[in-house]
Amino acid sequence: MRAIQYAAPSTVEDAVAILAEHGSDARMLAGGTDLIVQVREDARDTGVFVDAKKIPELMDLSVNADGSTTLGAAVPCHELYNNAQFAASYPAVVDAARIIGSTGIQGRASVGGNLCNSGPAGDTIPPLIVHSAVCNIAGPDGKRTVAVEDFCTAPGRNVLADGELLVSLTLPKPPAGSGSHYLRFIPRNEMDIAVVGAGASLVLDGESITAARISLGAVAPTPLFVQAAGDALIGLTADEDSFAVAADIARDAASPIDDMRGTIAHRKQLSYVLTQRALRGARAHAQGGSPTNGH
Amino acid sequence: MAVDTRVGQTIKHHDEEYKVIGTRPIRHDGLEKVTGEARYGSDINLPGQLHGKVLRSPHAHARIVSIDTSRAEALDGVRAVITSAAFPDPGDKLTGGGEAPGLPLKFKSANMLARGKVHYHGHAIAAVAAANPHVAAEALKLIDVEYEVLDPVLEVWDAMKSDAPVIIEDLYTARADGTTAEEPSNVAAEMLYEVGDVDAGFAEADLVVDREFTFGVVHQGYIETHNATAHWLKDGHLHVWCSSQGAFTIRQELADLLDHPITKIHVVPMEIGGGFGGKTTAYLEPLAALLSRQTGHPIKMAMDRADVLKATGPTPGGYVRVKLGVTNDGMITAGYANLAFDAGGYPGSVVGAGCRCVFAPYNMPNAKVEGFDVVVNKPKTHAYRAPGATHAEFASETVVDEICRTLDIDPVEFRLKNSAKEGDWQLAMPPYPRIGHIECMEAARDSAQWQTPLETAPGKKRGRGIASGFWFNIGFTSSVTAKLNSDGSVTLLEGSTDIGGTRTSIAMQFAETLGISVEDVDPIVADTDSVGQTDVTGGSRVTFATGLAAHNAANDMKDQIVEGLADLWDVAADSISHADGTFSANGKSATVGEAAGLLEEEGVFPIGKNTVTPTREGGAFAVHIADVEVDEETGKVEVLRYTAVQDAGVAIYPPYVEGQMQGGVVQGVGWALNEEYVYDDDGHLLNASLLDYRMPTALDVPNIETIIVEVPNPGHPYGVRGVGEVPIVPPPAAMANAIHDATGVRMSHLPMSPARVQAALAAEA
Repeated sequence: MRAIQYAAPSTVEDAVAILAEHGSDARMLAGGTDLIVQVREDARDTGVFVDAKKIPELMDLSVNADGSTTLGAAVPCHELYNNAQFAASYPAVVDAARIIGSTGIQGRASVGGNLCNSGPAGDTIPPLIVHSAVCNIAGPDGKRTVAVEDFCTAPGRNVLADGELLVSLTLPKPPAGSGSHYLRFIPRNEMDIAVVGAGASLVLDGESITAARISLGAVAPTPLFVQAAGDALIGLTADEDSFAVAADIARDAASPIDDMRGTIAHRKQLSYVLTQRALRGARAHAQGGSPTNGH
Repeated sequence: MAVDTRVGQTIKHHDEEYKVIGTRPIRHDGLEKVTGEARYGSDINLPGQLHGKVLRSPHAHARIVSIDTSRAEALDGVRAVITSAAFPDPGDKLTGGGEAPGLPLKFKSANMLARGKVHYHGHAIAAVAAANPHVAAEALKLIDVEYEVLDPVLEVWDAMKSDAPVIIEDLYTARADGTTAEEPSNVAAEMLYEVGDVDAGFAEADLVVDREFTFGVVHQGYIETHNATAHWLKDGHLHVWCSSQGAFTIRQELADLLDHPITKIHVVPMEIGGGFGGKTTAYLEPLAALLSRQTGHPIKMAMDRADVLKATGPTPGGYVRVKLGVTNDGMITAGYANLAFDAGGYPGSVVGAGCRCVFAPYNMPNAKVEGFDVVVNKPKTHAYRAPGATHAEFASETVVDEICRTLDIDPVEFRLKNSAKEGDWQLAMPPYPRIGHIECMEAARDSAQWQTPLETAPGKKRGRGIASGFWFNIGFTSSVTAKLNSDGSVTLLEGSTDIGGTRTSIAMQFAETLGISVEDVDPIVADTDSVGQTDVTGGSRVTFATGLAAHNAANDMKDQIVEGLADLWDVAADSISHADGTFSANGKSATVGEAAGLLEEEGVFPIGKNTVTPTREGGAFAVHIADVEVDEETGKVEVLRYTAVQDAGVAIYPPYVEGQMQGGVVQGVGWALNEEYVYDDDGHLLNASLLDYRMPTALDVPNIETIIVEVPNPGHPYGVRGVGEVPIVPPPAAMANAIHDATGVRMSHLPMSPARVQAALAAEA
């Protein structure tokens, strides 16, 4: 029988010290909806659980002076969709927060945890990417920032070194005329992991697109920022023809595998279809409507 | 008054009026199940008990070079480690009891713990008993097994090739003509069923449609995982508590596998959290028994979900070919079918049952059906709700739909014209008795769904499909012992594990016969020492066969009450009449309750009992209608509306019948759309969790409308037909036909997953 240790530091500094002492044997515990399951299933060997929820910075959700938002790494999903201001500013993130697990899971599961789990299909990661979110990381050598699209390095792996933790995410203030949407394809209507996920953000000046970002989940070893697809939209009218151009680029950028959740051919097709649908949703939001969340 | 939408429609084709049968009383086990007081296998905890766990193979096909358990045995807290050497040599004995008796015992024994060779990923290798489950789990990691990994064979079409690796080196095909093959192969058995002149029949046909279908492996998906607690006493008495569809079956298997006298084995059936055919055989029970014998302590064992999916008995994948000939006016002239099912790691699939069902809804003068039981490197397959029929009738009902489209004949009209009816041919069985396929089809035709045109929606592909299903049901042996208490209540002991609410449906038949209220009957599922022989809960047999035993036991009790009253009243027994629960003669009368009191004063305590092995189970038909919407861009299929029609004979307790119909549809929809074992090329099961083995959730199925049709079974005093299995048969075909109606694409593989539907649409475009 293996004994485990549980630590509940109240400062980032203490958390860093504990993580540094135990190296890869230690792991931050936010909602635990991934970590505890993985340890129980022998998929991860963790000896020291460092609870994130007693550290104020990790539970913080607030708007900064420059209009950006700080999202603490352990803030659970339900706080996001119950926060009207956050929901209005970052609709794609809220789309993801609403479809991760059940209501009960959403009471514990956090966006930061989802990012640190670094699964290719993590639902909140494409939305963070399309909102240009930045990771605020603390470690033995001090603080650093990393763009979310550069955070994940391989399935289950990321840029965090031993002793480092994700403190929070900074989401820039969305410009006027912007909208975003995230959706995923799952074979059932609930309790499933994305076969493909797609997030899109648009900034519109009338009918014209002035900025766009597109990101795909579950089609590569890490969530994919398809910069070329967004760039191709700049200056175009926000219509079906334009969206088809971006969707073509997204399909070409996807490099999925065959596994128990989907096939290469199906994931390529879904990359195209979901990119179109995410863009339609983002446009609807930018124009003040609410996107239809068709699977 | 608000309409209760939970109550479906019932269409009666008889004039019988009953007092108890057909009513909707509160079920006897309802309160304890909703409060959590009901006791399941894992609720058993005995003083001094140890915990057992099983080491499983990481390979699909391998020779076991050596097993060294010494490091595990040395771990503090470990009390025993066993391998296949703990089992007695099965020699050439055959298995008894269960749904499929008569197979070599050596195969069942080797499936408990691998003997020399691993046949599938997850195959049990060794078992450990330890002070707690954590030590047991730790000990498994200390068992050193050396494997010589072999090439796996995963699909029947590969396993049947002449150059395929042979999984069981001394397996010689048992041919349909009674001879045995001279060279070993993976084909355990061939079967052939024939009627009429199939060549002549096809020669008469104006249209012949010949199609091939393939199937993934699916699991029954019961929520409660397998568990067993065993205590082997010093005098050789073995007590077992377990989750099983048949305590007597487990007792027989333990006697066979452990070579232990049956009188010394006592099996207590616990409440069961689902079985669907998958809990008809032992897995943990013999291991717990052997570990208990070795340690002298009770042993408790339970599987986790991954164990259940990897190493119990899912139902086969495989291949079905169906060829049908028809005249231009839509009369079937001939049918040919070829079914090859994967048995899994050891022989004995459900292919024979599939063969017998493939053309069952139709009167077919000329037919030939061939079946192949094929060993592959997957878990030993087992029954799943109308085993084999769903595969077979998915194929035949899809071909029927294609014929209707080609000839432009209404699918209801075609089926009515060709329907099997009383006296018609029935493959490998006596001619049909009174059956209700035509009545079901008429009820489907007249249903609200069929009569309501499918609503179109812009940009949506919608379609409607219809399909028939047949399952023959089985009889087997059942026993009931009923004791009349002095207040007129009855304690009813029966041996059928209650999966579908049968405690109440049995008690209702007893109450109807004796003329008392069902609340005055206390039905108890008894252990193997307390009631007569009762075979497994399976084959939709319990309400039919155990219900018949209850009916007979009530008549036995009635006769004893009459005899007692005859003495008391000093009249001839045959002068006493019985009506509405009251006995009367010569101006004297007594209700059952009054009679019980009078007889008690005389020292008379009637015990009604009966053991019965009925053979006129009747067979059951169902007709289902599915409306679907297909997302052409993603291949996802949504069920919009669903109606299930079924001949229940007579519905003893209609809510259970409706529940069985709806449950069958849910499982059938899961099978149709997403459920499937996914293997890699090395034979590893990749989706051994309920996250990735995708059973439907509550959001994936609409309310399922039910229509119970009552065409009484002449083989039962109350007309009962089994109802539990046939409702899983039509859904995949009804869904496939609806998908075709929506998109023009014919699906030939189950499941019709979004990826497959999308690929088929892309190929068509």
